[in-house]
Amino acid sequence: MDMKAGSGKKLGLKEKYRHMTRELDWETTYQTRQDVHPLVEYEGIKIHDWDKWEDPFRLTMDAYWKYQSEKERKLYAIIEAYAQNNGHLNVTDARYLNAIKLFLTGISPLEYMAHRGFAMAGRAFPGAGPRVACLMQSLDELRHAQTQIHSLSNYNKYYNGFHDPAHMLQRVWYLSVPRSFFDDAVTAGPFEFMVAIGFSFEYVLTNLLFVPFVSGAAYNGDMGTMTFGFSAQSDEARHMTLGLEIIKFILEQDPDNIPIVQRWIDKWTWRGYRVLTLVGMMMDYMLPKRIMSWKEAWEVYFEQNGGALFKDLARYGIRPPKWLDQISFDKDHISHQAWSTFYQYGAAADFHTWSPTDDELDWLSKKYPNSFDKYYRPRLEFWREQAEKGNRFYNTTLPQLCQVCQIPMVFTEPGDPTKTCYREVDYQGEKFHFCSDGCKDIFEHEPEKYKQSWLPVHQIYQGNCFPEGTDPTVEGFEPLAKVLEYYHVNFGRDNLDFEGSEDQKNFAAWRGMATTNE
Amino acid sequence: MDVAAIKEYKFESADRLENFHGNQLLYVGWEDHLMFCAPFCFMLPPDTPFQAVVDNMLPGAFGYHPDFAQIDWSKTEWFKSGEPWTPQPDKSLAENGLGHKAVIRFRTPGLTGIKGSCS
Repeated sequence: MDMKAGSGKKLGLKEKYRHMTRELDWETTYQTRQDVHPLVEYEGIKIHDWDKWEDPFRLTMDAYWKYQSEKERKLYAIIEAYAQNNGHLNVTDARYLNAIKLFLTGISPLEYMAHRGFAMAGRAFPGAGPRVACLMQSLDELRHAQTQIHSLSNYNKYYNGFHDPAHMLQRVWYLSVPRSFFDDAVTAGPFEFMVAIGFSFEYVLTNLLFVPFVSGAAYNGDMGTMTFGFSAQSDEARHMTLGLEIIKFILEQDPDNIPIVQRWIDKWTWRGYRVLTLVGMMMDYMLPKRIMSWKEAWEVYFEQNGGALFKDLARYGIRPPKWLDQISFDKDHISHQAWSTFYQYGAAADFHTWSPTDDELDWLSKKYPNSFDKYYRPRLEFWREQAEKGNRFYNTTLPQLCQVCQIPMVFTEPGDPTKTCYREVDYQGEKFHFCSDGCKDIFEHEPEKYKQSWLPVHQIYQGNCFPEGTDPTVEGFEPLAKVLEYYHVNFGRDNLDFEGSEDQKNFAAWRGMATTNE
Repeated sequence: MDVAAIKEYKFESADRLENFHGNQLLYVGWEDHLMFCAPFCFMLPPDTPFQAVVDNMLPGAFGYHPDFAQIDWSKTEWFKSGEPWTPQPDKSLAENGLGHKAVIRFRTPGLTGIKGSCS
C-alpha cells in the first residue's frame, strides 16, 4: 500500500511542538487517572487545567538531540585536547585540584540525583507539557553528571582522592550534606521537588556555582572544568525557565497553593543556602587565583538577581524567603567557618587543606573588612605557627551535627559571630539539635521525616561505619583508621595537609619536567 | 502535620538510645573558643561520673588550645540546654539529669581565645 507522505510542507515550530508533545498524551481507559498518577494530590497542590502550562522553549526531542550532540562534540574535543596536552600541569597550583575533588565528590552526584528526580517528577505529572520538559531536564542532568565525571577523571590518573566518588558519596561524613539535600528532595512529592530543585536550586542558587566558581576554574587554567561548566550553564537557562514557569503555573491554578509553595520556598532556599557553604569555601580558600569573594558573589547572584525575582513573584502573593536578615549577616562568615572545619578535620577528608599564605590572608582581609581580621585571621595564623612547629592541628573528636542540614554545628548566632548557634527540640521523648532557626523550623514541620536522618557521627558511634567483619572490641582497635577504610580514603595520601603531600611533590616534579630541560 | 506522605509513615528514630549499645550521647561546647569549629559529641555510659567527663574526655578534645591549660575549673560556668546549671561532679550523667543527646556548654571567665578573638 502506498503511504501518503503528506503535503510536503515542513511543520512550523508551534505545530511540531504540539504534535510531538501534547499529542503524545492519551486518556487512560482501563486504569483510572488517579492510579496512573498516584503522587499528584497528596501534597495538597490543586491543579485544575494542566493544558494551561506552556513550555516557553517549545523544545522537541529531535531538536534536543541535534543541539546537545553538537555541544557534546565540542566539549569532548576540548576535554581530549586538554588531556593530551597535559593540561593538568597548567593549573595555577596543585592546591587548586582540591576544589575539583570537592566538586567531583560533592557536586557531580547532585547532577545525577537531579536526573533521577526530574525523571520521577515527569512521571508523576499528568500534564504532557511539563512531563516532556522534565524529561529533557532529566537528560540534561544525566549528561552533566557524565561530562563532569569525564572531565575530572583525567585528574584521577595523576592525583590522589579522585578514585571513588560514588562509593564515598554514601559514606564520607561531609558528603552527607549534599547527599541529604537531594535525598530530601527526591523523597518529597513531585511538586515539592519542582519547587526545591527546579525553582530554588536552579533559579535562585546554581548561578553561584556555575558562573563565579566556573569562571574561577578558567582563571586557574582549568579548561576542562571551564568547558563542562559553560556547557552545563547553557542548559541552565532552560532549567531556570522550567522552574519559574512551573511555580507560576502552580500559583495561578489555585489560591490554596500559595501557602504550600511559600513554605517550600522558605525551606529550600535555606537548605540550598546551607549546601552552598561548600561553594563559598571553594571560592574564598581553594582557588589559588581568586576571581571574586563569596560575599561579592552572594550580593550579585542572590541579593540582586534573586531579589528581582522575588519582586516579580510578589504579585502572586509570594514573599521573599524567611531568614534573609541572618543570611545577609552570615555572608561575612560562612566561608571562614567552613574552611576552619575542613582544616581541622583534614585527617578524615578525601582532599588536602592548608594554611593560607600571607598574600591570601591579606586578600581575605580586603574582601571581608568587617570580620576577617577580628575573628578569623588570629585563628589561621595560630594554626600556621603551630603547623610550622610540627604541631599541625587535627581535630580527632567527633563534632555535633545539625539534624537537618547535617553540617557540624559550626554556624553562629544571628548577629553574633562569637557564639555557636544551638537550637533544640524535644520530640517523642528524644532531643534533636539544629544549627539554626531555619533548620529547626524545617524539622518541626516534618519531624517524622528528619528523625530518620543518617548522621555520620551517630552512625560511626553505632558501629555502622566500619568495613564488614570489623570487630571493634579487639585490643588496639583504631576507630578512625577503620572508618577511613570504610570510606575508601587512603590515609596519608588522600588526606592531611597539602604541605608535604604526594600531590604537591608530583605536581612540582612534573611541571618542572614540562617547563625545563632538566 | 508530621510528614506529607501517601500512606501511613511511622518509623523509629535513627538515633534512639537503644542503638548505642548501652551508651548515650553527650554534646559539649566551650564558649568563646570557636577554634573548635563545633561542639563535640561524646558517647558514654549513663553511669559515667560527671567529673570523669571533665578529667578524661575534655583534655583530649579541647587540650590543643593554649587557653585550656589555664582553665580554673572552680570558676567555670556551666549551661545545660543554654540555661545556667551546676553539675554535681561525683554524680553520674543520669543523676545530673543529662539524658541521651543532652547538650552542655562551659564558659571559662577571662579566657576569650586566640588574641581575644573568641577563637
